[in-house]
Amino acid sequence: MLDAAILGAVLASIVAAATTLLLASLGELVAERAGTLNLGVEGMMIVGAAVGYATAYGTGSLILGTVAAVVAGALLSLVFAGLAVWLAANQVASGLATTILGLGIAGLIGAPFVGTRLDGAPQLHIPVLTELPVVGEMLFGQDAFVYLSLLLLALVTYGLARTRAGLVLRAVGENPVAAHALGHPVRKIRTLAIMFGGACAGLAGAHLSLAYTPFWASDMTAGRGWIALALVVFSAWKPLSLLAGAYLFGAVSILQLHVQGFGLGVPSQLLSSLPYLATVVALVIISALKRGQGAPAGLGVPFVPDR
Amino acid sequence: MPLRLERQEHISSLRLATVPLIAIAVTVVVGTIMFVALGHDPIRAFGIYFIEPLTDLWTLQELVVKASPLMLIGTGLAFCYRANRWNIGAEGQYVAGAVLGSSLALVTHGTDAGPWVLPTMLVLGAIGGALWGLIPAFLRVRFGASEILTSLMLVYVAQLGLDYLVRGPWRDPQGFNFPQSVTFDDVAIMPLLFEEGRLHGGIAIALVVIAVATFVLGRTLVGYSIELGGSAPRAAAFAGFDEKRVTYGVFAVSGGLAGLAGIIEVAGPIGQLQPSISPGYGFTAIIAAMLGRLHPVLILISSLVLALTYIGGEAAQISMRLPFDVTRVFQGTLLIAILAADVLVRYSVRRVEGAKHA
Repeated sequence: MLDAAILGAVLASIVAAATTLLLASLGELVAERAGTLNLGVEGMMIVGAAVGYATAYGTGSLILGTVAAVVAGALLSLVFAGLAVWLAANQVASGLATTILGLGIAGLIGAPFVGTRLDGAPQLHIPVLTELPVVGEMLFGQDAFVYLSLLLLALVTYGLARTRAGLVLRAVGENPVAAHALGHPVRKIRTLAIMFGGACAGLAGAHLSLAYTPFWASDMTAGRGWIALALVVFSAWKPLSLLAGAYLFGAVSILQLHVQGFGLGVPSQLLSSLPYLATVVALVIISALKRGQGAPAGLGVPFVPDR
Repeated sequence: MPLRLERQEHISSLRLATVPLIAIAVTVVVGTIMFVALGHDPIRAFGIYFIEPLTDLWTLQELVVKASPLMLIGTGLAFCYRANRWNIGAEGQYVAGAVLGSSLALVTHGTDAGPWVLPTMLVLGAIGGALWGLIPAFLRVRFGASEILTSLMLVYVAQLGLDYLVRGPWRDPQGFNFPQSVTFDDVAIMPLLFEEGRLHGGIAIALVVIAVATFVLGRTLVGYSIELGGSAPRAAAFAGFDEKRVTYGVFAVSGGLAGLAGIIEVAGPIGQLQPSISPGYGFTAIIAAMLGRLHPVLILISSLVLALTYIGGEAAQISMRLPFDVTRVFQGTLLIAILAADVLVRYSVRRVEGAKHA
């Protein structure tokens, strides 16, 4: 009985940890399907976390905080879009610049809030269902972000595969020149995709600072934005595989915490490095198996119309 | 679309030289907005941040000390970026070099080892950084894994490894439980260039590296094959240049120089291993390389400019209680401004009449 309770709690915490990654990588997947490699995710996520926390702390409203985080992520993504899409600058450098700027802005916004705490987003409690052994908490006892992430996943999956807008977006990512010739506004579509990615990264940041660990620390994203980028590769640019990848990485990051708790004599730093090592291993396996299959053909290539 | 970018065929070098100036001007504008938003008089803030450090001999030396790791790492990155290989994990290679180099200082600590210790440490530092840099190169060549992401992940692994060592096996037993190694012996410390002051031997090494890199990149077949491989990979393949060898080569050079910078910092200004041995040099050096247009001599200048953001940031932290993140905002803005200014100089923006809004 006790074991079932522990197992239930572990499963629930895996879902919570995976949600940040799922939100951020969903947004990045859309941006990449439109042909833009946005390395600014980490910066947009931390800005979302800072703005979300500051807003929620000031207004007392988690919903306002979340909305502010989404807006902040989308606004910062415009910096990347301006450089990479409208000026056709190098996408790697543009994304990196966005991340450095984002880390700085988030630090400035968050500085007054170091050491404060918030009441985080409440977990649902549905009588009977949440009390089910093992899976109850995991399935029915999560905060709103978890269900929002799954809803977004469903929308993105459906939108990319089944709607006209999704088709156009994929065309822009595969062959921007042809899409342009057909009269689609390539740069506008890429900008919108990047803004969606920024909004999702901001939402992922809000999940971190408003629900997962409801306080502010300047390094609280700890590379999750980069792992989200790797997850997109891991999923071979397919939304549903992203779900599996995010939960797998959520499991790695939670299990290393629990192993540390057991005190097995393994250095804690080694265990802490597991999510990063796992990312490297996953990238290698995926690249070795698929050799770039699934990547949009126009990914990372700036598009300049009428050259 | 009302605006259109048109590539200029011939750009005068004078026009190209304006890029860093435009970038710095834009950064000043953004900085003004930031200081006002934070409730500070922008003129006073800029004075403390960017002018005062230049008026004092001590801080001028400190500027050169802070710039030298940026020069070393940035010059190494220029090799990578010219070859169109994206090593963004120099911070991890810096740590790996510092750790491998320091291992000798710790092994020989308290023995009467001779003056061979420091030179050997420097070599080990370069090897450590090169080996750490060769991991993403190998994963890219062998498996096609993105070197951007793998080199970045390895930054976190290297930092956690350093953290383990200084809290665990390498902790100074007499260190009052602080997570740090013993202070290095004299034979394991970078000598000062002048009796007084802060300038150490690592600065001379950085200048030599810049001279050698300028020659290699500008005047040798190796430099040409790197350049060609980056700009026209197919032509390079026809010319018989091996893409894999170039990938390994540029990662070994950039990792090695980052590792060298790491061991120089630890054996120089710091004098021991600590959990944090870099204020983000590995990432700032990326900006130094871009701002210096991937040319070693210009990277020397851009490193000094970026070092000023560190020195000014420290001054502003003390006298205005501004957080360190101001420095990051300046560095990020500078990189964004360079990228934008670069495009605007290379292309001319034309208004297209009669077109509807994009």
